[in-house]
Amino acid sequence: MKNAVGRDIPEYLLANGKEVYQGKNYMDGKYIQKASPRTRRYETPQESKLVDSIRTAMEQCGAKSGMTFSFHHHLRDGDFVVNQVMKVAIEEMGLEDITIAASSLGNAHDPIANYIEQGKVVGIQTSGIRGRMGEVVSAGKLKTPAIIRSHGGRPRAIEGGEVHIDIAFIAAPTSDCVGNCRGIGGKSNCGSMGYAMTDAKYADHVVVVTDCLVDFPNMPASVEAIDVDAVVVVDSIGNPKKIASAAARISQNPRDLMMAENVAKVIAATPWFKEGFSFQTGVGGPSLAANLFLEKYMDEQGIKMGWAIGGICGPMVELLKKGKVGKVIDVQDFDLDAVNSINQTPGHYEMSASQYANPANKGAFVNKLDFVVLAALEIDTGFNVNVLTGSDGVLRGAPGGHPDTAAGSKVCIIVTPLTRGRMATVCEHVVTVTTPGDCVDVLVTDYGIAVNPLRPDLIECLDKAGIPHVTIESLKEKAYSLVGRPDDLQWEDKVVAVLEARDGTILDVVRKIKPYTIPED
Amino acid sequence: MEILKPAMAGTLESSDAQVTVEPGNGKIQLSLQSSVMNQYGRQIRETVLETLERLEVQSAKVTVVDKGALDCTLKARVECAVFRSCGQSAANIPWGGAVR
Repeated sequence: MKNAVGRDIPEYLLANGKEVYQGKNYMDGKYIQKASPRTRRYETPQESKLVDSIRTAMEQCGAKSGMTFSFHHHLRDGDFVVNQVMKVAIEEMGLEDITIAASSLGNAHDPIANYIEQGKVVGIQTSGIRGRMGEVVSAGKLKTPAIIRSHGGRPRAIEGGEVHIDIAFIAAPTSDCVGNCRGIGGKSNCGSMGYAMTDAKYADHVVVVTDCLVDFPNMPASVEAIDVDAVVVVDSIGNPKKIASAAARISQNPRDLMMAENVAKVIAATPWFKEGFSFQTGVGGPSLAANLFLEKYMDEQGIKMGWAIGGICGPMVELLKKGKVGKVIDVQDFDLDAVNSINQTPGHYEMSASQYANPANKGAFVNKLDFVVLAALEIDTGFNVNVLTGSDGVLRGAPGGHPDTAAGSKVCIIVTPLTRGRMATVCEHVVTVTTPGDCVDVLVTDYGIAVNPLRPDLIECLDKAGIPHVTIESLKEKAYSLVGRPDDLQWEDKVVAVLEARDGTILDVVRKIKPYTIPED
Repeated sequence: MEILKPAMAGTLESSDAQVTVEPGNGKIQLSLQSSVMNQYGRQIRETVLETLERLEVQSAKVTVVDKGALDCTLKARVECAVFRSCGQSAANIPWGGAVR
């Protein structure tokens, strides 16, 4: 069945009330029955929940084949915990048919690709999928299609019982002996632990894995001891150098800076650019640089930003310290400046992924967002964005908070160069739709700005401010005139990944890629 | 033109292509690798073959390792490799003629 973004979704995926994507805010006003975990009572007072190994913790939690284990990705490419736990589960305990439900997975998790090839890991539910894991899943080696969700879609699915977590593993930079966890104060700090919070509340069992045991009580706790079954101390939960970069640097690339300046111009031309406005930006070159130019316009007009959310990095903390933004609310940290600021700098707070972006709760932060600036691998003439699959059709990205912030915000700006090497970023049809075009408002490229025709109000704003803009079709034609018109990718029928819209409907599927043969003319 | 000795042009940098030509056995043998194979493999092959035809190369073993080069870059790398292989790349390039 074709969905609202024109993608053909196989009927067999539409079982158990699953629907195809119907458009923005389709689920508004419907009810969700929340799932509840079955948790163990620890009535006899315990001095400590420390156990001697991951294996002991798993045995205590009744780990067995067929279970779903959850992980969070604040340790990013430095994470050791997923691999350590899965090694124990599969190689030491001999478990099979395991599903991994992670907030995201990255290049650090290449070893999991072997367990997929061996048929021991049979399900993957994640936002990001990259590296070898992306390759083996794209090659059709995972038993069930991977399920890709946004950062807001994940807590929705967990709370609604679409994902039932048997054991949640919490990678904790610090924990006390009963499992109060924080993302700071240890040797592998990550700052916010926002993605782990829903897991801890909805999993049947929760195991904390830490490399820095601190005195009780470890407060204020991101994950609370009341939800934790066992605490394991390991040598290291991650490589600090890969957890947070030293500092996100503002790009010096003149092309990035030109685009960033145009992003700021567009923002300043809208009626929402006023005292107390709210803002989120990605950490890509031009997205991050937009901070710099925005500050200039704020100073000129004598206004301050009310609050900022998101993955947070140094330049935003800098604005907070300068008093140019009132509050920063943080679900994940990208650099050490942000890690060292959360809950330390006044006004820098932590939030859960549900609070950040869940479309099925009673109002996430993204719903009050004025502006979001995001990147894209591809954007098509319907303003649909792909941030998941490469130009060869292989899984190598993550929707992250992209679809959530795009849908919630008043103005969603995509900033991307028109071409990357020979790839046309602005194209006729994106490989995979990860953010639907009805949520995307403005496209800023190095060859011009395009406004979604669904937003005549923004077109008027730009015209009034004298900001030139063109149609997205003309940008696509410009791109193709530079790099040539690409051939269509060649797919097999087999679906290797299902891309859920943030509301749980099916937005797109990724199929198995065919070995490439040059098409005959 | 006749390929007299192995010659190479271009690099493996992003947006470039490395083209190697070697004496052939009476026909064009093309081996192609590309970072954008799935979307542009057909067009890269066409561009390389057209360029060789324009240079009247009929016998050659040609290896292209493409890193997302535009057509203009591909043409330039093929032309340069061919002229180097005939020892004619130092002077008297037919600008605007066979090379354009």
